[in-house]
Amino acid sequence: MGEDAESPKINHTFLRDYVTEADVISTVEFNQTGDLLATGDKGGRVVIFQRETDSKGESEEVGETGDSGEYNVYSTFQSHEPDFDYLKSLEIEEKINKIRWLPQQNAAHFLLSTNDKTIKLWKVSERDKRPEGYNLKDEEGRLKDISTITSLQVPVLRPTDLMVEVRPRRVFSNGHTYHVNSISVNSDGETYLSADDLRINMWNLGITDRSFNIVDIKPANMEDLTEVITAAEFHPHHCHLFVYSSSKGTLRLCDMRSSALCDRHTKLFEEPEDPGSRSFFSEIISSVSDVKFSHSGRYLLTRDYLTAKVWDLNMDKGPVETYQVHEYLRSKLCSLYENDCIFDKFECVWNSSDSVIMTGAYNSFFRMFDRETGRGVTLEAWRESSKPRAVLRTRRVYSGGKRRRGDVGVDSLDFTKKILHMAWHPSENIIAIAATNNLYIFQDRVNPETQLQ
Amino acid sequence: MEVTTEAKRIMVVALGKLYSSRTQRGGLRLHRSLLLTMVMKSARDMYHAAQETVEWEAAEQQESPAEEPTDAQMELQEGKPLSSTGEEVESSPAKLRRDAYNKENMSPPRPAQHSRKRRGKAAVEPDFLPCKKAKLEQKNSPHQLILSTVLLCEYMNCSSEVGAPPAPMPVQRAIAAC
Repeated sequence: MGEDAESPKINHTFLRDYVTEADVISTVEFNQTGDLLATGDKGGRVVIFQRETDSKGESEEVGETGDSGEYNVYSTFQSHEPDFDYLKSLEIEEKINKIRWLPQQNAAHFLLSTNDKTIKLWKVSERDKRPEGYNLKDEEGRLKDISTITSLQVPVLRPTDLMVEVRPRRVFSNGHTYHVNSISVNSDGETYLSADDLRINMWNLGITDRSFNIVDIKPANMEDLTEVITAAEFHPHHCHLFVYSSSKGTLRLCDMRSSALCDRHTKLFEEPEDPGSRSFFSEIISSVSDVKFSHSGRYLLTRDYLTAKVWDLNMDKGPVETYQVHEYLRSKLCSLYENDCIFDKFECVWNSSDSVIMTGAYNSFFRMFDRETGRGVTLEAWRESSKPRAVLRTRRVYSGGKRRRGDVGVDSLDFTKKILHMAWHPSENIIAIAATNNLYIFQDRVNPETQLQ
Repeated sequence: MEVTTEAKRIMVVALGKLYSSRTQRGGLRLHRSLLLTMVMKSARDMYHAAQETVEWEAAEQQESPAEEPTDAQMELQEGKPLSSTGEEVESSPAKLRRDAYNKENMSPPRPAQHSRKRRGKAAVEPDFLPCKKAKLEQKNSPHQLILSTVLLCEYMNCSSEVGAPPAPMPVQRAIAAC
């Protein structure tokens, strides 16, 4: 962290680098239009950013759509507080595990946020008018003396400064014994699922006191436990289909029409293990940390510790594409196990056209893979090298062969700087990357279509 | 040799992590505990496999019956050659029974507790893992990794110093009971 233990002077660089644990971003999510971007942090707060729509002379080029594209803070609120389970004497962390936006139906925006145990539905609405001209109250709201009122007036709405109000509309509690890792809104617009380590529940957005349990993999005897649920998502178009991933590296596609309890999968996606690459840590690195349907609904994207894989829903024998995210770490698994990094859960995302996938790595690096060419690129989210409007330059990790200038050696990677959470704008080439307590937003200005540099 | 050393280190680290996760904020993380358990089992199996290979080789050599080179750190019962009769390595239960029989003859009587322990695989109890129970200087049968007992001592914080210990729990139960 820049501390120089031998220096007689006090080195203040560590103060600048000091990160409050509560400020660490734990989830990032665009809404369906991409105008709003929500982040959740370990302190239970949610910050919503809104994209600027008026150009204000910021756009230099003629012909731009008028979106300057800058995201500014729209609203901040405390979603979850630290809680305590008295029955089990367990503290419940306020860290926001996931945020998911609901499709917009009226002027207000709705989002779901969850910590380990409780899911909340928040309504985000704007108020830019207020009624003026009350009969019984004066401008400050004090009651008028009735004897002074000589006439009646109808209150009128007058414009006022924009106020963003966020209110909790539903609290879905007591649905989970284990830690909630995923929530996913159904395409039917009425239901959503929440998944913990062993169970998946389906809720109606309007009903908080009960939910349907649709998957239960808890064994009768906990000694027989061999796998847990790591992520779950509804299909983007088919409201009866959802997928969940497990710690064993398998994916299960379930159809809710087949039975009420979907313990028996409709399809099981599993790649046979390569016996040659077996090691002490094979189980840990094969655990799937994230699963995402493609926008088309045809493919699945999964992330395990060293790779990202694309699966075709029509083929369950194995992935159709496998991308090595940081294969140079395979020989370092033992040290990564000792420093706990091997348990890090990276997310993965699709771009709007499903032609590019993106996922995070260490040293503030993140990777993008072009599915058509199979080529990957490494980019860096780091304040020092990213001035506003600067072009992201590609980075390389040196792990043998010809070393180029600017390459980073494997042993000099900073494993505390991990890119776990990220989001891709639903229709444009704008990405949001969470790097510890910083949020980076990168936009593809040169060509708003799909070309990668 | 490296495999056994690495396996031991991995097991120790896993135990430490499991132990410290009990005091973690937010409660026990099931996924993490499960992965750690699997790593431990994996390490234990590989350790055992490596041990058996070594025993096999030693049995085949039929040379100096003294301690195994790989097991220099492991305790061997003094004066008991590993393959005194030049037998092949037997299946675990048979070997264990024989060892137990030999021990009764050759070592001072152990507390009754030890004989009720479940002897899963033939491996030596490693000395690097601290055990809250008082250990005899004269070790038990060689090549006996009583992982479950070690877990019981370290992880479950059992109060078995007084009276008989409960039957050694398999690893998963240790997790489930948290």
